[in-house]
Amino acid sequence: MNGWTDELSRARLHVVTGKGGTGKTTVAAALALALATGGRRVLLVEVENRQGIARLFDRPPLPYAEERIASAPGGGEVRALAVDPEAALLEYLDMFYNLGFAGRTLRRMGAIEFATTLAPGLRDVLLTGKVKECVRRVRPTGRHEYDAVVLDAPPTGRVVRFLDVTRAMAELAKAGPIRGQSEGVVKLLHSGDTAVHLVALLEEMPVRETLDAVAELDAADLRPGAVFVNRVNPPRLPERSLVAAAQGRVDAERVRAGLASAGLEVDDDAVEGLVDQAVEHAMRVRAEQRAKELLAEADLPSLELPELTDGVDVAALYELAEVLVGRGVR
Amino acid sequence: MNRLDVDALLDDPATRVLVCCGSGGVGKTTTAAALAVRAAERGRHAVVLTIDPARRLAQSLGLRELDNQPREVRVEGFQPKGGLHAMMLDMRRTFDDMVWAHAGRERAEQILANPFYQTISTSFSGTQEYMAMEKLGQLVGRDEWDLVVVDTPPSRSALDFLDAPQRLSTVLDGKLIRMLSAPARAGGRGIRKIVGAGFGLFTKAVSTIVGGQLLQDASTFVQALDSMFGGFRQRAQATYDLLRSPGTGFLVVAAAEPDALREASYFVERLSAEDMPLTGLVANRTHPVLAPLAASGAQAAADRLERSGDAPLAAAVLRVHADRVAVADREKRLLARFTRAHPGVPLVGVPALPVDVHDLDGLREIGRRLAGE
Ligand SMILES: Nc1ncnc2c1ncn2[C@@H]1O[C@H](COP(=O)(O)OP(=O)(O)OP(=O)(O)O)[C@@H](O)[C@H]1O
Ligand SMILES: Nc1ncnc2c1ncn2[C@@H]1O[C@H](COP(=O)(O)OP(=O)(O)OP(=O)(O)O)[C@@H](O)[C@H]1O
Ligand SMILES: [Mg+2]
Ligand SMILES: [Mg+2]
Repeated sequence: MNGWTDELSRARLHVVTGKGGTGKTTVAAALALALATGGRRVLLVEVENRQGIARLFDRPPLPYAEERIASAPGGGEVRALAVDPEAALLEYLDMFYNLGFAGRTLRRMGAIEFATTLAPGLRDVLLTGKVKECVRRVRPTGRHEYDAVVLDAPPTGRVVRFLDVTRAMAELAKAGPIRGQSEGVVKLLHSGDTAVHLVALLEEMPVRETLDAVAELDAADLRPGAVFVNRVNPPRLPERSLVAAAQGRVDAERVRAGLASAGLEVDDDAVEGLVDQAVEHAMRVRAEQRAKELLAEADLPSLELPELTDGVDVAALYELAEVLVGRGVR
Repeated sequence: MNRLDVDALLDDPATRVLVCCGSGGVGKTTTAAALAVRAAERGRHAVVLTIDPARRLAQSLGLRELDNQPREVRVEGFQPKGGLHAMMLDMRRTFDDMVWAHAGRERAEQILANPFYQTISTSFSGTQEYMAMEKLGQLVGRDEWDLVVVDTPPSRSALDFLDAPQRLSTVLDGKLIRMLSAPARAGGRGIRKIVGAGFGLFTKAVSTIVGGQLLQDASTFVQALDSMFGGFRQRAQATYDLLRSPGTGFLVVAAAEPDALREASYFVERLSAEDMPLTGLVANRTHPVLAPLAASGAQAAADRLERSGDAPLAAAVLRVHADRVAVADREKRLLARFTRAHPGVPLVGVPALPVDVHDLDGLREIGRRLAGE
């Protein structure tokens, strides 16, 4: 399946996961820009205390507040929020107990990190709780505060545990303030309002991890959204030479003659180097094709994003967002 | 550029421990395995401690299951001049063994059955790093190998390897646990005075959230652990000292990408602040240019050929070349920036192989590239 679907357009919470380093933060940011295009307001959220969004948008660290970080083409805007579990816990406790200034001291002592160590699920419950609050918040006009929320989520290895609030709650007290709100979180995450997108590279291991994650999401009754195939390189060799080239068969004489006809005279070593590079390229393209076939087993809408040779800066994010809009994201 | 001489490093009998660090997915496990294979083939008696290796890589070293013990690598086509053992870390088992070693039988059983122990020993971030250090200490202590090559856990940041044990100690140390679970009895009165009444409220709040049972388990656990905790800490300290000793070297593995190199920089600075010996940087998965031909000329020629449509193969080969030059230039620029910031750090680039590395030949190939062959 290719491109974005209407069903995905109806989601209000877009969770972006993937193997570490595949481009979750980059894709989440580009997706937020794409969704904001044309005048919508989108919130981009991170939860791992890494300030990845600030770095990507070339800004000082984000405070625990929703701040505008970019405007999108057509009058839209993207705001960003770095949820800090400690601040979320204090915010939470403050609603029920007046901790006041003691809260800060406890935080300095590491007491809060400690409480979340006691019950690792607590951290996740607090983070997803904050995300849910943002998704559900309404303005006085009755309209949702955000048209969409994009979450730069933990990597595939941890994402199901992260989203499985029901299980986390089992670790916690049977009653109590957090339990109350969690029911709303569970409802949101398992509804059609939420889509869990996967970022993959066209390499065997990341693709296998993606397939495993899809199975895990299905098993946990969470809804896989689209697969973002990131860092795709253009195939350069003609399709008919590809298989032979990947097996090391490139006609060096023909290459030399071709170069000569373009006015390039090169020595044997250079031809050999060029041929070696072409063989490596062909091997990689073939491996990518196999990875793509494997990925098709997931049977999810897929969207390709190009490899950007100069790396990812703010301008590049707009470029990627444009690609996504071109593939139907809205 | 200061080139890292890997063969000299591997051949030097004074090299006793090599630790491969780096941020997630850069190639730590592959590098560790390739170094160990090469060292063994050059005559060392080496053992490699791998952490979460890909299944096929593990199989290529003859490791089928996680049994937490080094096994001699006996696979077809591998007759090293020296010898090679390999193992995969089982963090839970290593932790259990530590408990058995430090607590009496009854107490150990009590600890292992505690639900809070289950949490700490399986899902606390930091346990894997701590146990990797513990295992490293054990391997060195056994004195059966003249070279121990260590892989480090897949974490976000290489710094975790140095920091995590400290984090775990802080938790196990238990001052807070004791205050939370039994504030009336615990020491720590000083802190409580500072925090004042807020602490009582906080305790109440936390226990309404996580539940009294969990706090009770945690408290029992810490009390049971108390007697052996001194032993824990001593061991961690001994391993730390080992990491600081002259026979140890850290190899930082990084991709030639801004994030990975930034992490590598932090790590290099940290090692120097800790007086830990840095051996060098492995820039993994680079794309060196194999033909001396300017990219602009190649592009122009490809344009001409495409327009005429005469030589599609040559045109494609030239495009591949131009792409490759662009990537290689960027990698060189990024590595040069790293070298400017850390001029004393020896460096070696390992090209990206066009296929995954999961067998002995692949590891040998990486080894050759590491050695600059
Ligand atoms: N399409 C692309 N073209 C070129 N470089 C890219 C592309 N997408 C991501 N990158 C680069 O890959 C690296 C990893 O990307 P990113 O930080 O988004 O990944 P991540 O999955 O969020 O990583 P982590 O698991 O560490 O959070 C960055 O250096 C980024 O600039
Ligand atoms: N020079 C190389 N050329 C080609 N593939 C490589 C190279 N180095 C590593 N790889 C491949 O990259 C992937 C990641 O490598 P590896 O598992 O060694 O990384 P790691 O740093 O140990 O990752 P983690 O942080 O997840 O433990 C593997 O599939 C491996 O085969
Ligand atoms: Mg990220
Ligand atoms: Mg590894």
